Amino acid sequence: MLILTCPYCGLAADETELSPGGEAHLKRFGPGSSDDAFTGYLFHRENPRGVHFERWRHSNGCGKWFLAARCTVTLEVFGTYPAQTTEPPAAILDAIRAKRPDWEGRA
Amino acid sequence: MSDAMTALATVTLLPPQGMVTLRADLGDATVRAAIETATGHAVPDTRSITGTGEAGLGWMSPDELMVFTDREAAPALAGSLAEALAGQHHLALDVSDARAVFLVEGPGVREVIAKLCPVDMAPGVFGPGELRRTRLAQVAAAFWMESETRLRLVCFRSVARYAEDVLTNAARPGTAVGLF
Ligand SMILES: [Zn+2]
Repeated sequence: MLILTCPYCGLAADETELSPGGEAHLKRFGPGSSDDAFTGYLFHRENPRGVHFERWRHSNGCGKWFLAARCTVTLEVFGTYPAQTTEPPAAILDAIRAKRPDWEGRA
Repeated sequence: MSDAMTALATVTLLPPQGMVTLRADLGDATVRAAIETATGHAVPDTRSITGTGEAGLGWMSPDELMVFTDREAAPALAGSLAEALAGQHHLALDVSDARAVFLVEGPGVREVIAKLCPVDMAPGVFGPGELRRTRLAQVAAAFWMESETRLRLVCFRSVARYAEDVLTNAARPGTAVGLF
């Protein structure tokens, strides 16, 4: 069971109270972009074995979208942070590096 | 807590309750003052309720409150909230008909909810004053305790029958777990 703390209402919500929203921090390519860039934005995802950044929604709660950093192998959660964040905050990166010294950072 | 013959709690569908959904920036001092003047209740802290489920304010999210009032008074209250918040980004809407309210009453209310919701209902963790939005079996719901043996639960009217059935089933005589 995955438990994520919603940064808006402060609850440690179990996954049945949440809805997954896929990979976080995608850069959007829209009108005017190349076909390759648009294809990448639509379809290409990291899907790592290890540290991953994801979007989640507290759908059966306060309704807000937020972001989470977790390990896809162990389900260990490094932290959650508001959706209004374009890059993982320093505190989250520190938490990841403390637990995963070999982590090479986001691709 | 309860013997094999008595239900853990009784489940009662309450008569129509006036409810106005209000969306605005609750962190804004002007917005807060306007809401408090228009409703007569203090803006609740995160995950809490001020006043009661008949006349009060429930925290839904950082930019949403549920305003409880008389069913007949709801449209007018939505209007006066909109007036009070004129010039501020907001939405005030009478949603009374969209929702159903249940009263769950009895010594086993904590167990009834704990069977259906992913919420720690242990005394000291959850108690009166806190409002919890969550999942009731397969539907969205919100509830708060009025006392140790009395709880009010709100869900969408379209799933009211389902909510009543799962609550009544969870409160069936002889099904006490004895966790709390
Ligand atoms: Zn939340």
